[in-house]
Amino acid sequence: MRRAALVLVALLAGCAAPQTSMLLERGPEGLPPHAELSSVPFYPQEAHQCGPAALATALGAEGLEISPDALTPEVYLPGREGSLAEEMIAATRRHAFIAYRLAPNLENVLREVASGTPVVVLQNLSLPIMPQWHFAVVVGYDLPREQLVLRSGVTRHYVMTMSNFERTWARSGYWAMVALPPDRLPATATADGYVSAAIALERTNVAAARKAYATALSRWPDNVVAELGLGNAAYAMGDLAAAEHAYRSATRAHPESGDAWNNLAQVLADTKRPEEARAAAQRAVALGGPRLAQYQETLRALAGDPPHPVR
Amino acid sequence: MKGFRRCIARALAVCMIGIGVPLPASAGMVATDQVQRASAERDRIKTFLERADVRARMEALGVNADAARARVDALTDREAADLAAKIDSAPAGGDGVLEVLLIVFLVLLITDILGYTKIFPFTRPIK
Repeated sequence: MRRAALVLVALLAGCAAPQTSMLLERGPEGLPPHAELSSVPFYPQEAHQCGPAALATALGAEGLEISPDALTPEVYLPGREGSLAEEMIAATRRHAFIAYRLAPNLENVLREVASGTPVVVLQNLSLPIMPQWHFAVVVGYDLPREQLVLRSGVTRHYVMTMSNFERTWARSGYWAMVALPPDRLPATATADGYVSAAIALERTNVAAARKAYATALSRWPDNVVAELGLGNAAYAMGDLAAAEHAYRSATRAHPESGDAWNNLAQVLADTKRPEEARAAAQRAVALGGPRLAQYQETLRALAGDPPHPVR
Repeated sequence: MKGFRRCIARALAVCMIGIGVPLPASAGMVATDQVQRASAERDRIKTFLERADVRARMEALGVNADAARARVDALTDREAADLAAKIDSAPAGGDGVLEVLLIVFLVLLITDILGYTKIFPFTRPIK
């Protein structure tokens, strides 16, 4: 019995966590062996306040100075004695930043750090049966030493072995996010992921979302959703000329997009070009799709002779 | 009397669905987030109820009414649905102090040393 326990201990101790061992074996291309963002600020957390402290750290690293106390009313849930991941993301957007969820792998965390962006992570420092959930910020790594550096709790320079980190991190489903101003693209961003983050930002801050759509288009010029978003954000801000420009370029690059034709029709109608507007709306209706009813409504409103009295 | 009041309250609740749901700038305009949604109309009512639910739970968990409103407003429909389902059970990062019994202390000490947990500041994982 005792021997069995000893064997088990030896087995458990002998193996590195799966992502860590793969990462160390492969030696990922283009990733420097070590990096540390030593200028990232540090806010030692007060009781239960690791959420606000981690968020203040990430925002502060990108030049937005804000204290954890100011973030507490935005993320902390007194009844849960902690902060939820969803609200960490939503609060990031309330400060006109893009909140981007990383793909669930350690390599992406390191790539973000290597490109200069600290990464907010959710760990369960304890065991699943008795969880101790904790937000911290990864600010550095050292591949040869198999170590990560974090701003964590009350420790400015918190060193963890990669395997130890990975196991505590895996329990959150590898939850990690970066917070960036809308003119900076995360190093590991995908088109779909980034555009979704921009759409979420449009809800709270149209001007910031407009910048994010422009950032998306500078990297993925063919992205029709980003182009549509750029138009919608401009439209919401009353910049009809910019909105028209975006919708037009969307219809040129994606003539099959009914949404682009529909919204172009609307902005043309708003700027008193009923003939062109009708033609665009007819294109949308002819294309059809899941939002056909909406296109038909646009066309009907254009055909109705008396101009709409509202606005 | 009580039944009558409840009836009025229900009627009012139904009338209020739709209040506070942001409409697109123009009725015919396709909003960016619509591109990712499947069916608009059913979703709008569902998300309205989910948001009201999350707000009520936040207030019950000690967030003041104004802050709760602003926090719910900042959520996407998907996030609001997630929270409506699990605001009481989702991991809440708080790093509270564990009240550990001796046996638990020993277990966590061993798992710390093995590198599976990180509870005690003085441990160093052997791998």
